[in-house]
Amino acid sequence: MKKQIIISGFGGQGGLAIGKNLAEAGMDEGLNVTWAPSYGPEMRGGTANCSVVLSDKPVGSPVFARCTELIALNEPSLIKFEEGVLPGGTVFVNSDVVTDKVSRSDLSAYYIPCSKIADEVGNPKVGNMVMLGAYVAATKVLKPETIEKMIETMFAGPKAKFIPLNIEAFRRGMACIQ
Amino acid sequence: MAIVYQKSAGLTDKGLHYCPGCHHGIIHKLVAESLVELGLLDGAIGVCPVGCSVFAYKYFSCDMMEASHGRAPAVATGIKRTHPNQAVFTYQGDGDLASIGAAEIVHAAMRGEKFTTIFVNNAIYGMTGGQMAPTTLIGQRATTCQSGRTVEQAGMPIRVAEMLSTLDGCVYAERVCVTDIANLNKAKKAIKTAFQKQMAGEGFTFVEVLSTCPTNWGMTPLKANQWLKENMAAYYPLGVIKDKPISAEVK
Amino acid sequence: MAKELWKGNEAIAEAAIRAGCDCFFGYPITPQSEVPEYMSVHLPKAGGVFVQSESEVAAINMVYGAAGAGMRAMTSSSSPGISLKQEGITYLAGAELPAVIINCMRGGPGLGTIQPGQGDYFQATRGGGNGDYRTVVLAPSNVQETVDFVQEAFDIADLYRNPVMVLCDGLIGQMMEPIEWRPVPKRDLPPKDWAANGRMGRENQNSITSIFLDAEECEAHNDRLTAKYAEMEEKEVRWEEIQCEDAEVLITAYGTPARIALTALETLRAEGIKAGLFRPITLWPFPEKALHTLAGKDHIKAILDVEMSTTGQMLDDVRLAVEGQKPISYLGHAGGIMPTVEEMIEWAREALKEVK
Repeated sequence: MKKQIIISGFGGQGGLAIGKNLAEAGMDEGLNVTWAPSYGPEMRGGTANCSVVLSDKPVGSPVFARCTELIALNEPSLIKFEEGVLPGGTVFVNSDVVTDKVSRSDLSAYYIPCSKIADEVGNPKVGNMVMLGAYVAATKVLKPETIEKMIETMFAGPKAKFIPLNIEAFRRGMACIQ
Repeated sequence: MAIVYQKSAGLTDKGLHYCPGCHHGIIHKLVAESLVELGLLDGAIGVCPVGCSVFAYKYFSCDMMEASHGRAPAVATGIKRTHPNQAVFTYQGDGDLASIGAAEIVHAAMRGEKFTTIFVNNAIYGMTGGQMAPTTLIGQRATTCQSGRTVEQAGMPIRVAEMLSTLDGCVYAERVCVTDIANLNKAKKAIKTAFQKQMAGEGFTFVEVLSTCPTNWGMTPLKANQWLKENMAAYYPLGVIKDKPISAEVK
Repeated sequence: MAKELWKGNEAIAEAAIRAGCDCFFGYPITPQSEVPEYMSVHLPKAGGVFVQSESEVAAINMVYGAAGAGMRAMTSSSSPGISLKQEGITYLAGAELPAVIINCMRGGPGLGTIQPGQGDYFQATRGGGNGDYRTVVLAPSNVQETVDFVQEAFDIADLYRNPVMVLCDGLIGQMMEPIEWRPVPKRDLPPKDWAANGRMGRENQNSITSIFLDAEECEAHNDRLTAKYAEMEEKEVRWEEIQCEDAEVLITAYGTPARIALTALETLRAEGIKAGLFRPITLWPFPEKALHTLAGKDHIKAILDVEMSTTGQMLDDVRLAVEGQKPISYLGHAGGIMPTVEEMIEWAREALKEVK
């Protein structure tokens, strides 16, 4: 098993955090993982993407031209990276921001209204967790329990009040995948 | 027979390499005596520059480091921050401190590093053979301004003590000279004051010592002393430039 | 031991603290700024000293001062900043002071790019500063190795009284990977009785200097240093050989390209192409003898050197070691472009085709 995932969006949209969560959860499940960001001079606003590898074997290259899954949080990301998705791969699109559809027929595509669901859950910041839920449900590469446990660890102590919110967002994201 | 005078314990037995009439020897002595009299010699760590006093580490009897050109204040920062209870000083010339090391001295003073800098200003590059220094006076001849320094070519000389005094971290700056006994006594008092303030943890302390370079000035030692008083002291006023603890500046 | 997910640069800083780093002096530069940022928070808590210097030049000289006074001192930077530190590094080498220098390489020359690069091989292994001296250069290719090497670097520096550089690239600094805080080999270290840390009753004066104006004295000093470097060459050289036993095409690479090569090896082997990887871990001392021996084996037909540099820098050392025994081809990129798995495969195939 080897997943090469690209998560891309505007800086500050939370794409890097989705990647970190995937890597962290992968590590918790005993997988070999890497997380590599593209980094640029702009702190906010520009495009930001990261590459995540989840593998049952040691990870060679942490960066790659072809991915198994693409998580596109904005339009330029879909345009830029769709071509590089391996045949049979999956694209997750933040449909609140991206109006375009995946053009290739050899890919599975999921359109997740992350921002809308996040608002429904009660906090616009949890859109990432919605997308993470969709990824986990669609690929089945990580156990939902692992993510939920990770959320509990992430928001330990004074931030514990955010746990139910994040778990709900994560579950709502999972529910988007039929 | 009673001993009425002896070499300071702060100096080694090594013979000085300085030219006849040069003030470095006197200034070394004043620093060494100050460290001894304040009881600081045993723990003291000095940093010497690149320039005429490059071998000062052989002359002071405390532990010493030889820094690269201009970087003594950075080296002293590394020492003092890790040895906060010991006396640390840099001993630097005008090329080293005011030219190539301008950034290091300014930022050490800005940070209020708790060490003392002895700045020997003889208005010329001595070791390399008499080139123009940032402190060379207008009209003064040097091998790189053979008709005399001009404002057009090199700007006005830098008054380092005044410049550093504008920084809050610099708590004490005094300019002295050692041309005669009265001034020599003032110079020693200034050096001791600087070390005392350093050890009290007040901040960065600075003593600029106007000095002669008879060899490169092309003068006899006595003539050089006279020239210093008439010309250098006129542009670089002697006296306390700043004496103000940081606490008085910053709330 | 539990694995923890760490970003390379933060792991470097934490590793240094765990290795007993007493003080850190640094200046911000992408892509290594997380090192001083982490140090500013965590080193003082561990009882150490953090100073953000006014320049890289000042930082390395603060290291000089602290190291000269017997402290475990470190600085970190990225390529253009390392150029500025070279003055200090040659003084450290000349005055025989231990120090750890991190170079998280980016693309050059000049300001270049903030993306990963390997164009500092020469300035790391050839001295960089003036004079005859050597710096031990450890080149990790993942975050685990980076934290191990940073910890070991302090011991190596102290043992030989010499600067040690950990040379990684922007990708290793920026990426996250699980690591274990596992014990690293410890050396028997002599006391720092040479340190200029104040006499405090000591009979002799200690002075730290790199000036030896007398010709004979200066040559004797150089001879002493050279003997020390010979000892380091003998005892500190490290490399890794992966699937080299039967390899026909040998990839030489260090750092990030070496781990990219691991993925290329998988595909090449799956296609029936016998490929192997020779990875220098110390760039100085370079594993010259090991590579020479390996290149001399009959089964090796061709060598492909891969670097994130367009001119080829380690390539010089590879050529010196191979001594013309086998043809060497070169795949290099710069500007933050990393050699891809696909390219390596193609180039390895080509290299073999040419000799068959």
